[in-house]
Amino acid sequence: MAKKTAAIQKKIRILVAKPGLDGHDRGVLVLARAFRDAGMEVIYSGLLPSPEQVAQMAIDEDVDVVALSLLNGAHMTAFPKVKKLLDKMGGKDIVVVGGGIIPEEDKPKLLKLGITGLYGPGSSFEEIVEHVRGRVRKERRRE
Amino acid sequence: MLRGGKDAYWRRKAKEIVEKRAREGTLYDGKAIENVRKGLKQWEDAFYGTRGAAPADEKRGFQTASGIPLKPLYTPIDVSNAEYPDQGFPGVYPFLRGVHPTMYRGRPWTMRMFSGFGTPEDTNKRLKLLLEHGETGLSVAFDMPTLYGYDCDHQRAHGEVGRCGVNVSSMKDMEVIFDGIPLDRVSTSMTINAPATVLTCMYAGVAKKQGVPIARLRGTAQADMLKEYIAQKEWVYPPEAHLRLVRDLMVFATKEMPLWNYISISGYHIREAGSSAAQELAFTLADGFGYVELGLEAGLKVEQFAPRLSFFFNSTMDFFEEIAKFRAARRIWARVLSEKYGVKDKRSLLMRFHTQTSGASLTWQQPLNNAVRTAIEALAAVLGGTQSLHTNSYDEAWALPTEQAVEVALRTQQIIAEETGVPNVIDPLGGSYYVEWLTEQIEEEAYKYFDRIDSAGGLLRAIKTGYLQREIAENSYRLSKRIEEGKDSVVGVNKYAKSEKKPIETLKINFKAQRSQIRRLAAVKLERNQAKVKAALSKMGKAFENEDANSIYPMLEAVTQYATLGEIVDEGRRVWGRFEEPQIL
Repeated sequence: MAKKTAAIQKKIRILVAKPGLDGHDRGVLVLARAFRDAGMEVIYSGLLPSPEQVAQMAIDEDVDVVALSLLNGAHMTAFPKVKKLLDKMGGKDIVVVGGGIIPEEDKPKLLKLGITGLYGPGSSFEEIVEHVRGRVRKERRRE
Repeated sequence: MLRGGKDAYWRRKAKEIVEKRAREGTLYDGKAIENVRKGLKQWEDAFYGTRGAAPADEKRGFQTASGIPLKPLYTPIDVSNAEYPDQGFPGVYPFLRGVHPTMYRGRPWTMRMFSGFGTPEDTNKRLKLLLEHGETGLSVAFDMPTLYGYDCDHQRAHGEVGRCGVNVSSMKDMEVIFDGIPLDRVSTSMTINAPATVLTCMYAGVAKKQGVPIARLRGTAQADMLKEYIAQKEWVYPPEAHLRLVRDLMVFATKEMPLWNYISISGYHIREAGSSAAQELAFTLADGFGYVELGLEAGLKVEQFAPRLSFFFNSTMDFFEEIAKFRAARRIWARVLSEKYGVKDKRSLLMRFHTQTSGASLTWQQPLNNAVRTAIEALAAVLGGTQSLHTNSYDEAWALPTEQAVEVALRTQQIIAEETGVPNVIDPLGGSYYVEWLTEQIEEEAYKYFDRIDSAGGLLRAIKTGYLQREIAENSYRLSKRIEEGKDSVVGVNKYAKSEKKPIETLKINFKAQRSQIRRLAAVKLERNQAKVKAALSKMGKAFENEDANSIYPMLEAVTQYATLGEIVDEGRRVWGRFEEPQIL
């Protein structure tokens, strides 16, 4: 039991990534700093990785969370692709959250795939950080 | 500036401003200033009492968005150092008050709405609609695959074709975009950077097909690679390779397309990435000096190319700071070109600029408020003396704009131009104690940054070490935290928020664009003369390999043979490789 509590409380490792042709990194860099200030270990993918590279990075870095951001309208292609690749590569337990400019009508499909959060511009750090913590707690309890 | 080296000039300029502030100028005599001082003291004692005019007890603190602390009131004391030649007259050095002697009395600014989405046919229709509504200049936005130099059928383009702009994979697409638009009668701005040389060639190719001599083409393909590394991050090759292509374009266009503004030096993206007004001003002008040095290295005379450099700034919500920034930009450019680079020709000293209202200031929440934000930002640009203006549409935090939203944005400019009376007087805020003081403050900040960049080894090094990128990221985080903590207000977001389901209709882009683009590209590849394409690409590749060659001539040949964007950019990838950004977290 003590071991499990320790596991639940372990520092969260999070990969922040933009899986597409999108150089708009203002949001993602701000979030990376906010996650860091919230006590998480942050890994930033750098720009322009493919979904394959993002998934590989997540596995290699053994992260708890992958936080995806896209502002270029390609989220319906790129987000599900990362999720599917993670599942295939043995990262089914990795929490996937997303954000960016995501129209309401796209959200149900992403949520169904287990990609949650889906925060838009102007969301508060506190809310985002809490969401990530909540999902990781749930995932760790399940293990 | 480009390659660094300590230049005492920058530090001297910053010092000059500080020293001048302590001195008395000739515009006000000492006695008059003494009287103002006495009056101000009485006023402060009467209304602020012992706590003085300091804002220490205010939660927010009074400061500009850049963090410059503000007094409650500005008086002649704050500009008592003024020497009128520093301010001068419009169209006269140092151009603080405007680049033209008549400004908007002679001709209003060019209303240039940025547009492009879906297929080239969609964009052609939107451009024609804007021309019908009274727009006076064209501006084309491209999708991500085009911006990164991938054809629409490339694996990395999947899902991104036509989403953020129009897709161009070969000159055929460019022919469709400008179908029925005579290129000698419009000026066109194309927002493209890494593949700017290719798109410029395609535009020239379309002109040739229309029977328009390329020497008569007016407009710009942004081609500002320095700010790509600093802010927008849409690059393909390492900086040296991209700068070499820009150099080739400068030499080519100076000779063949003398009316083409071949580099649009952009602060817009630097600001959108989260910088302050002072950083936007400093980094953009530093880039400008970098291109001047690049042109000189290529053996051109400043007088030949400086008039073809234009600028592109952001206008966002801190109204007066934005106006001060525009005014300061003109004065710095003229002074530095004259003093440091020894430029004599007047046309080379003029800083002409395009302005776009800030996309980052638009909120997803309560989107109709964005029309108001845009109007205020547009007014600041006009008061700052812009030569052309794009106003964002209220729905752009959601998606690319609908026709209706674009129309409101264009009408916003027309209202400022034709109803408010603002354009009747040149630089109407000139002489405002506050605006003149702020203009000088922000100028001082810019000179300090020039010194820091140069001392740190110049722009190229500052980019490679990530210095400039980190400066921006830090400021952007500072701004976000201020909003999170409620120190800065964003109406509808951290104040007066309410829940709303779907407040507006937005534009939908489907996969139709991707399918039809792939079809057209396949047809182009089938119809073209393969042997000629291969020969043209190989000739161009050889020019890439030879540092001393000019690669634009063979590139123009390649695009007119319908070599695709991807094929051309791939030749460069083969020769120069890719760029990996330094860690900036």
